[in-house]
Amino acid sequence: MKALILLSSLGVIALLAEIFSFKKLLYPLVIIGLITTFIFNAFDWGTDRIYFNMMRYDDFAVAFSSVLIGVSFLWFIMADGFFKEESNMTDYFALVIFSLAGAVIMVSYSNMAMLFLGIEILSIPMYVLAGSKKDDVLSNEAGFKYLIMGAFASGFLLFGIALIYGATGSFDIVEIAQTVAAGAASSIFYAGLLLMLVGMAFKVSAAPFHFWAPDVYQGAPTPVTAYMATIVKTAAFAAFLRLFYTCFQGSAATWTSIVVVMAGLTMLAGNITAVLQTSAKRMLAYSSVAHAGYMLLGLVALNQYSQGSILMYTLAYSVGSITSFGVLGYVAKAKGGDAVDSFNGLAKTNPFLAFVMTVALLSLAGIPPTAGFFAKYYIFTAAFQAGHAWLVLVAILASLIGVYYYFRIIIAMYFKHSNLEVTIEVSANHKLLFVITVLLTIALGLMPDFVIGLL
Amino acid sequence: MITLLLIFFPLVAAMLLLLVKGEQVKKIALGAAIVEFAISIGALFLFQKNADTQFELNYPWIRSMGINFHVGMDGISLLLVLLTTFLVPVIILTSFNKNHKNPSTFYLLILAMQFALVGVFVSLDGFLFYVFWELALIPIYFICLLWGGDDRARITFKFFVYTLAGSLLMLAGLIYLYQFTPNHTFDIAALYAAGQSLDAAHQGYVFWAMFMAFAIKMPVFPFHTWQPDTYTTAPTQGTMLLSGIMLKMGTYGVIRWLLPVAPLGVEHWAHFAIVLAVIGILYASTIAIAQKDFKRLIAYSSIAHVGLIAAGILAGNVQGVQGSMIQMLSHGVNVVGLFFIVDMLESRFNTRELHAMGGIRNVNPQFAVLFLIVLLGSVALPLTNGFVGEFLLLNGVYQYNAWIAAFAGISVILGAVYMLRSYQSIMLGETNAMTASFAPLTGSEKAVLVIICAAIIAFGVYPKPLLDIAEPSVIKLVEGFKLAIGK
Repeated sequence: MKALILLSSLGVIALLAEIFSFKKLLYPLVIIGLITTFIFNAFDWGTDRIYFNMMRYDDFAVAFSSVLIGVSFLWFIMADGFFKEESNMTDYFALVIFSLAGAVIMVSYSNMAMLFLGIEILSIPMYVLAGSKKDDVLSNEAGFKYLIMGAFASGFLLFGIALIYGATGSFDIVEIAQTVAAGAASSIFYAGLLLMLVGMAFKVSAAPFHFWAPDVYQGAPTPVTAYMATIVKTAAFAAFLRLFYTCFQGSAATWTSIVVVMAGLTMLAGNITAVLQTSAKRMLAYSSVAHAGYMLLGLVALNQYSQGSILMYTLAYSVGSITSFGVLGYVAKAKGGDAVDSFNGLAKTNPFLAFVMTVALLSLAGIPPTAGFFAKYYIFTAAFQAGHAWLVLVAILASLIGVYYYFRIIIAMYFKHSNLEVTIEVSANHKLLFVITVLLTIALGLMPDFVIGLL
Repeated sequence: MITLLLIFFPLVAAMLLLLVKGEQVKKIALGAAIVEFAISIGALFLFQKNADTQFELNYPWIRSMGINFHVGMDGISLLLVLLTTFLVPVIILTSFNKNHKNPSTFYLLILAMQFALVGVFVSLDGFLFYVFWELALIPIYFICLLWGGDDRARITFKFFVYTLAGSLLMLAGLIYLYQFTPNHTFDIAALYAAGQSLDAAHQGYVFWAMFMAFAIKMPVFPFHTWQPDTYTTAPTQGTMLLSGIMLKMGTYGVIRWLLPVAPLGVEHWAHFAIVLAVIGILYASTIAIAQKDFKRLIAYSSIAHVGLIAAGILAGNVQGVQGSMIQMLSHGVNVVGLFFIVDMLESRFNTRELHAMGGIRNVNPQFAVLFLIVLLGSVALPLTNGFVGEFLLLNGVYQYNAWIAAFAGISVILGAVYMLRSYQSIMLGETNAMTASFAPLTGSEKAVLVIICAAIIAFGVYPKPLLDIAEPSVIKLVEGFKLAIGK
């Protein structure tokens, strides 16, 4: 709860900065604020308090909030340019921080109403941010598409919540689970469950509800894309998991087969389409869809490993994504385009950036000893132990396809030559960021127990 | 403690290379590799010649999954560690005449590779084994990608995907076994027990999952298609690492993991796999005869040799496994020698075409003698190291099935054909304008060839010390295998 209060206040402070004109101080203030929030959030560990029957700060909530706040800290370092150039920077700060507050609600709700509120608080700022390049057609398209699709998903979700309320008479996820366990589940309840499943699948961009993701990811400004790929995805998955793990575990027989098919489709669709892309940004967008597929494996596993493995996965994937989008931002700016070819010869001009990108891509591809490998490993093991051997086989094949397109960038960096050889200047705080992410990637690969052991 | 030192010393040395610039890098890398060799010799002296696993260390690594940092060496591991620590300095020495761009990265990758290879050979935890196995792939991929020849991006990528696919299957197999361990652990003994508790059909699945990984790495026909291209395109040192040491990861994997973990699976499928291996021997030998490119010829000859090693191991008797141990060492030494000779020719003439050369013996008789010794080792002439291993291997296969052994035996003749033919066209005949300019051997070239020739003759004449190291472990392993299949 401390995290939520602090973040909301930070958002309000960001808004006040415009009025009281301390805009220049805002960036350091936000960074300090995030660090403070992270520390205070950690104090909630092990307390397991319930607030007004709406929010429950158990270890799950604290762990995922920590990931969200930590990753957004990295994101703020990465995206500093995003806040410098714009005249309405205070709005952007406020929007991002409020959406982060929404994300924290999404990982700590115990009531369906709070789930819905969290999703909306997270999403509405994102609609605005996706369209924040006002004179860019693609950015406008992204914002508009995201809004329409997001509204659809919210509609499904809300309809589902309403039906479930009708069937069980409660919004509380534990009470609903108890009512269902007592044998009171009606067909209306299952209809509601399926509608919620569709709504959540939209939010995590799982196939066949993933079509919006590539366009939105490509059109949005790169920092915003990075935010959507990391924070939004983490929050959506944590919410998805909390809902289905706590509330719908009793009715798993109805929905696991659907999610199994979804997971398989998502992994294959995401990975295969990613292979065909020429734009690195769009490729990373499809890869993000594919990663949603792997994470669904943790959901269908529905055993004691589910929560830990998804926590590990979201963390490893977020760190890899922040790095890769950060490097992509530099390369796209220097070469004037985000095609895979713009990475040509990067190892020659910027060995540091090339190395950082390689580590991030190896992690995303799941090559040991990086964090991504253990994340995949845990999630595959979780699914395997739950008896989904075939799905794991599909996942392994899909990761092989993944290796293909991640390595395209590595090969471009180290092997191909570019006509346009520019040495890219990397700012000092970005250098620091990249060093942190590389160390984090390797440290998580060597000591995954620390994260897994949390949940 | 000595095991930890063996594993991590190359890694530390590799990191230190980053601090060094310029010409010094080679010497420091060589120095580090020699120190590592000295450490392994120390281990050899401390080693008790029995079947026990020695220098064992076991630390918890990832408790929640029952994964331990469990390492140790028995005779089988020790021999392969010795092979690695012996070959890496030789390989570094072979590069002394070359000036690779970014030398510090190049030698860093070689030493990082050594770290992973030693790790593979001493791991006693399934997961740790897998991690080292994959780790070995990354340095060699970059060595081939950054310093390789034409079309290297496509070829190394094929190599990477092939081996990665294999190792993912192995991981699937390991996880499958892990499910059956009583308290969920990857410890080698628990995995052995879990594998042996399965029925024959399920052991068959495990066999295929793991065999695919090993068969691709070796490579065994029909999983060999990445190999000739990769060996040919890789820089000489990369080829040496691949053929001299990395290939042994596959054969070692069969001995250490496949035989004990899925004995019934091996028994059921061995016939099929041995026939594949023998087809590979004949096929690769035939193609080798038709090669014009000397490096490619040796790449194919390597498929033939490793096919025989695989057949010998899968035969599942003491002679076969023991022969494979010896042949792994001999092949490692010989193939490094042969690829070095290719490199010497190529760096002098800028070509590897056999028909373009000839008559070098007249120009440099010293080189002719050294080349001949390496070549004779490779065709397994008695009193060279190749003979001992090949004899034991054929003996082992013969005990398994006389017909298969007869076909495998043809490889010896075919091997003699293509090797002697290439010697003939390079060294004998008329000296032409190009070969007349054959530059005298440099100091480092002489050193490499003399070391290799000395090893070839020494272990050909008196192989007993090597045989003794591995024998108790091999006997224990084979007896365990026979017990498990009920013979």
